[in-house]
Amino acid sequence: MENHKQLVIIGGGPAGLAAAAAAKKAGLDDILILERDSQLGGILNQCIHNGFGLHTFKEELTGPEYASRFIDQVNELEIPYRLNSMVLDVDKDKNVTYVSSEDGLQTINADAIVLAMGCRERPRGALSIPGTRPAGIYSAGTAQKLTNIDGEMPGREVVILGSGDIGLIMARRMTLEGAKVHVVAELMPYSGGLKRNIVQCLDDYDIPLKLSHTVTNIKGRERVESVTIAEVDENRKPIPGTEIEYPCDTLLLSCGLIPENELSKEADVEISRITNGPVVNESLETNVPGIFACGNVLHVHDLVDFVSQEAAKAGEVAARYVLEGIPESEHEIDIKTGGLVRYTVPFKVDPNRMDENTIVRFRVGNVLKGGFVNVYVDGERKIHKKRMIMAPGEMEDIVLRKEWITPETKEILVETEAA
Amino acid sequence: MEKFDVLIAGGGVTGAAIAWQLARLDLKVALLEKEEDISEGTTKANSGIVHAGYDAMPGTLKARLNVRGNEMIHEMADVLNFDFNNTGSLVICFDEEHRPALEELYQRGLSNHVPGLRIVEKEELHEMEPELSDQAVCALYAPTAGVVDPFTLAISMAENAADNGVEFFFNTPVETIEKTETGWLVNGEFETKLFVNAAGLEADDLHNMVCEEKIHIRPRRGEYFLFDKDAGKMASHVLFQQPTAAGKGVLITPTAHGNLMIGPTADFTETKEDINTTAEGLAQVREKASMTIDHLPFNQVITSFAGLRAVPEGGDFIIGENADGFIDAAGIESPGLTSAPAIGEMVAEIIISKLHPGPNENYKPERRGFVNVNDLSREEWKVLIEQDPAYGQMVCRCEKVTEGSIKDACSRSIPARSLDGVKRRVRAGMGRCQSGFCSPRTMEIISETLNIPFDEVTKSTKGSKIITGRNKEDIQ
Amino acid sequence: MERDLICINCPMGCNLHVVMEKGEVVSVTGNTCPRGKAYAITEVTHPVRMVTSIVPVSDGNIAMVSCKTSQPVDKGMIFDVTRAMKNLVVKAPVHIGDVLVENIAGSGADLVATKNIDRI
Repeated sequence: MENHKQLVIIGGGPAGLAAAAAAKKAGLDDILILERDSQLGGILNQCIHNGFGLHTFKEELTGPEYASRFIDQVNELEIPYRLNSMVLDVDKDKNVTYVSSEDGLQTINADAIVLAMGCRERPRGALSIPGTRPAGIYSAGTAQKLTNIDGEMPGREVVILGSGDIGLIMARRMTLEGAKVHVVAELMPYSGGLKRNIVQCLDDYDIPLKLSHTVTNIKGRERVESVTIAEVDENRKPIPGTEIEYPCDTLLLSCGLIPENELSKEADVEISRITNGPVVNESLETNVPGIFACGNVLHVHDLVDFVSQEAAKAGEVAARYVLEGIPESEHEIDIKTGGLVRYTVPFKVDPNRMDENTIVRFRVGNVLKGGFVNVYVDGERKIHKKRMIMAPGEMEDIVLRKEWITPETKEILVETEAA
Repeated sequence: MEKFDVLIAGGGVTGAAIAWQLARLDLKVALLEKEEDISEGTTKANSGIVHAGYDAMPGTLKARLNVRGNEMIHEMADVLNFDFNNTGSLVICFDEEHRPALEELYQRGLSNHVPGLRIVEKEELHEMEPELSDQAVCALYAPTAGVVDPFTLAISMAENAADNGVEFFFNTPVETIEKTETGWLVNGEFETKLFVNAAGLEADDLHNMVCEEKIHIRPRRGEYFLFDKDAGKMASHVLFQQPTAAGKGVLITPTAHGNLMIGPTADFTETKEDINTTAEGLAQVREKASMTIDHLPFNQVITSFAGLRAVPEGGDFIIGENADGFIDAAGIESPGLTSAPAIGEMVAEIIISKLHPGPNENYKPERRGFVNVNDLSREEWKVLIEQDPAYGQMVCRCEKVTEGSIKDACSRSIPARSLDGVKRRVRAGMGRCQSGFCSPRTMEIISETLNIPFDEVTKSTKGSKIITGRNKEDIQ
Repeated sequence: MERDLICINCPMGCNLHVVMEKGEVVSVTGNTCPRGKAYAITEVTHPVRMVTSIVPVSDGNIAMVSCKTSQPVDKGMIFDVTRAMKNLVVKAPVHIGDVLVENIAGSGADLVATKNIDRI
């Protein structure tokens, strides 16, 4: 095993696969994908429902089908990958250390790295839900792995906390596989998931959704015996007297995804407190030159199609970085946010390095109906788009044109404006 | 009918310590545990502190056994290979008004022969602990205190005992104890000359079945928060709050593995089953701990838990032969964990005086620790993978635990048999994702190594199966 | 007969109100685009759904193969389709698009594999 590569991609899920294919197509040959699972595909392997690929392939595919399109590409392009390989360390000199049964401990020095490690779920412990700690409490993704990869049911009588898409999808999956889902509770006054999933995962099966509710207690010594749900006030605190106890044997939690940046931190990559992902510029490059990030590790996505788009860009720029070099960062302009905009990816742009068009993705912190997205460059409004609806659960984007930005530009603002 | 010299009831840290001490003697010893593993009771949910020993009243068993236990733990850690970190401790005084009481504690420590005690003043205190609140005025510093992993302390003693001939019977609660000519008949099945009661929360039930003078153990719950290792550097010593009229404070401590932990509360509960955390209890811990460090990163909490102390009515440990051939080691609340090895020693002395056994000629004092690849050098790990490729397969990403380590944990003289059993031995599932990623794979390894069907694998005790059936099984 | 439903075509999630007479749609209100009206009509007269699932594999490198109906089926047949998979075991190798069951549960749709599985 050589110990130098032009490009190492950490993660063989949708982001890593798309980045690899793009890098290869851009002329880079010496690529290695490191994947910890026993197969490529990442989280898509357990997302057996459909709804993927509408933008990319103009077809509605299931997760495994979408993944196989990219796995096929990686195989056709003959891009090397190692499975069952866990990356243990990345340093700022771009040394990547991984371990596997087959290869033992290996350290590879890379000219460039693409971070594509995805994210993990917020566990019960981080929510400090009071009660006992019996068997029967799972994050929705873990339960999904058990049903969809192992074919085993983690429960019969289910309560779900969190109405994001994973919680909704699992409400349907558990029902279709024979369990009874009693209720989905959601802390916020709105659901974080797609309307389509509310209809096809809850309404179709008469599963009630309780907004502005949370779990206040779990009972059961060895296995969950009941879960108590209460209504919450405007400060999201439980209202005494509103508790309802649901006898059940399972609690599924879909309470947030956290980009998995432990390795990034070890490489001294700057992490944003808002996204929990790396701070990147227009090239999707982190503060460490030659380390790029894309997909859920950068910020949590809703549609895998946008992951593939974003990852293709990261792969393409990484290739350019290695083969030709990219111009030094001379004049970086931070993108300011206003209104309900919580963050933008990229966080900053340098006109010297921008493409003609740069996609800037963002999320809002609250639902806004009939509002506008505005983009100002040094006070001059460049974009004023009406959006019928914007919600925290739907990533948005605008396109920043290079021609609007010069080395003299001081301020770029992306904001929402109420109706 | 099995015949034993000594039967120990209870597989917590106390029972394990007694078994460990008795293993060096030429005795036939059995330990009965009602749950499926070592440390399923109070031992698995406490502060993990190795106390220095100034707190207990001089002349009490607590005082004597704390100091002796502390000494023993320092010596044992590298022989039995459990996780111990000699951090030292600080009892923090937040108000000059309370300084005299702190001095008193210091004097008490001297009476208890606690080595190295001294009072540190504000400047030095803040150098030792930069995150400490400005309100801290001075503190009692005890260099011999530390933190220990209570599970590996208990399991390492139990394993060493098992390796040296002590027999362990799990899922075997003591149901009946009948007096016989030669000693006792337990559950109509185990004959023993001597009975040792180390039954934790249930020690009063067992004692009262046999002894004339009854004892009463009250369950007292303590709730805790555990923080991500990223917060671990916020404290380098065990930080106690000086007890005042307002009550006993809560502590902030690094753990033996580098996490940060805060707690406990102290509420008497109705039953001995109330090991749930409560909103009020957790809020109390949050509020009180913030007095010591006012910027605790609560967004880095990875879990919270509760444990029940076995509080003896009289206030001191109940250790001794309280009926002919019936020896209590009961009411082992704080500083119980620290004292455990010394309790083992003390009970062994009582047994020696009664049975006069010779030494166990084949006794092996060392125990191979659980394999933690994080403790190996690169070369050592490479060699290990070549010998056994399972050590190259990472299973728990958060704590970096390999398949090899998990298999090893399931192959010991007292094997892990459940997810919690694995978690306590080798840390898989202890990290920030709390087994969300690794539990299905760990279940597979448990299933393969122990020949248990995948759907029979439990979280901990028998009734805690993870899987309820196959897909579509329940579709009519 | 009147019914309320939420349109699923876009994030607007318009609240649609449908009035029917003798099984025929008389009016649709609440939509802000024609797709909404079309959805409402289909949804109340002949609602259909894609069904996805997983089925055990024998001799494969992975335990379960994910699958889907080749086209949407009557919403009322979802559990019939699922029930028809109860005792199904598929033999590896499996390729995306392989028909696992023809005309499953008489729904008019085949059950097709959505994952490639190698034989071990």
